[in-house]
Amino acid sequence: MLTTPSRPTGEDLVRLTSAGVFRDGRWLVRGVDLAVRRGEIVTLIGPNGSGKSTTAKTALGLIAPSEGRAERCPGLAVGYVPQKLSIDWTLPLTVERFLSLTGRISSRETDRALEATGIPHLRRAEMRNLSGGEFQRALLARAMARKPDLLVLDEPVQGVDFSGEVALYDLIRRIRDDIGCGILLISHDLHVVMAATDHVVCLNGHVCCQGAPTAVASSEAYKQLFGARADATLAVYEHNHDHTHLADGRVMHADGSITTHCHPDDGHHHHDHHGHDHGAGGAAASPAGGRHA
Amino acid sequence: MLDDFFLRALIAGVGVALVAGPLGCFVVWRRLAYFGDTLSHAALLGVALAFLMQVNITLSVFAVSVMVSLALLGLQRRASLSSDALLGLLAHSSLALGLVALAFMSWVRIDLMGFLFGDILAVSKFDILAVYVGGAAVLAVLVMIWTPLFAATISRELAEAEGLRPDRANLIFMILLATVIAISMKIVGVLLITAMLIIPAATARRLSGGPEQMAVIAALVGAIAVVGGLFASLEWDTPSGPSIVVAALVLFLASLSPVAGWLPRLFGRDEKGSRPGEAN
Repeated sequence: MLTTPSRPTGEDLVRLTSAGVFRDGRWLVRGVDLAVRRGEIVTLIGPNGSGKSTTAKTALGLIAPSEGRAERCPGLAVGYVPQKLSIDWTLPLTVERFLSLTGRISSRETDRALEATGIPHLRRAEMRNLSGGEFQRALLARAMARKPDLLVLDEPVQGVDFSGEVALYDLIRRIRDDIGCGILLISHDLHVVMAATDHVVCLNGHVCCQGAPTAVASSEAYKQLFGARADATLAVYEHNHDHTHLADGRVMHADGSITTHCHPDDGHHHHDHHGHDHGAGGAAASPAGGRHA
Repeated sequence: MLDDFFLRALIAGVGVALVAGPLGCFVVWRRLAYFGDTLSHAALLGVALAFLMQVNITLSVFAVSVMVSLALLGLQRRASLSSDALLGLLAHSSLALGLVALAFMSWVRIDLMGFLFGDILAVSKFDILAVYVGGAAVLAVLVMIWTPLFAATISRELAEAEGLRPDRANLIFMILLATVIAISMKIVGVLLITAMLIIPAATARRLSGGPEQMAVIAALVGAIAVVGGLFASLEWDTPSGPSIVVAALVLFLASLSPVAGWLPRLFGRDEKGSRPGEAN
């Protein structure tokens, strides 16, 4: 479950092996092991400054790792949605032209990408006049129009309202299904992302834990990192989960009732409690098996 | 026909404008105006060195500009000074070095004003050749590196992540800029070259709906400014460089008028997008 999964490595598009980045006298991130395979959505979550973007940039080859290795498939076609992108006022740039930024995109592909991201009416609009949500869709349209093998999305739903967020994550999943690419997704919002992903890597300067979304969400390491919001995520998106632990120590059951204690014989008490492993490069949270605090 | 000094200046000036326009767009997009200033100020040092070592002025100016670009790149990586302080340091110390060196060479009698503000009387047939051969080469290379250079203008990391080579494109762009400064120095003068890069591009901004379109319009605007400025210079006996820049300024002011704002729509582009008023 939470130990590093023994997934096949033959078809990894990109793989980090105990990678760490040291800059200006400190480690931005250390001991990262992760791999993205074709057709898989891997999500990096973690608080601000936890090294999510650094990890993604290392995977992309924008930053050379100070230790460990970063390997990419030779000839890998990449689509990248960076966290920040500003278009200067002096630059006249329509959405259509923006799609061809790093390589020519045919008119049909442009249509398809704009259709898929729901902004076909903005084809001739200027990038700097787009709203936050429209801008993110344009970034996504550009990255998918390239038909990449690997899509790296750094906070793709920033500035998007909640319903738009759900729609965008749905879209990301559809892109994966359509072009069969691997996706490395970065997010700090916990809500929708957990449901739309195959593998979650929880970062806080190192890998706190990783595994399937439900397994990560129920681990102690994850809860320590995110507190109450972590439980809210489960309550909303994992209805089959029997109960969750609130920040104040009370327990919320699946039916919404809240009790002050959590008895092992209350319903199906099936989730594991995991300790927080900081040793051995912090590659994975090992099951501690103990009772939660 | 080319024996007429005015015609030579006209042909050379239009050639310079056609090259400076597209390159100037990148200077504007990347906010490199001060960098252009630095290179052109350093050109005077190139002039002094040319006299000192008895070599061709255009070549000497080109070499000094390239060296200043490389020095800047090196200093940016190492020094703790900010970029604009470094640029100021390089710009004014190379200008001062050039002026001092020229003053020491008492045997050289040159028209300093001609170098600072342009001198159409000094344009030779060889200069025309330099402008068109050099200019054609600059435009050809610019077309070749257009995609990586433009992508890197928007985001260096995006360009690199998607397999382009932005650092190489940036370096080549600096060399192109040095070339343009070397070939345009005689026409517009050291102090005003940056204006030829920036003002036509700024004028083109309001008239264009895409980057490539803006580059072409900037080239045309520059050419019109050169023709207008040179005729004015002949008419009123004013120095050529300032006259061209004033003509460019007039065109820029005209581009601010509401009539000019309609032009992109005539080209089938809708500047505000399909939903005006919803700008973010």
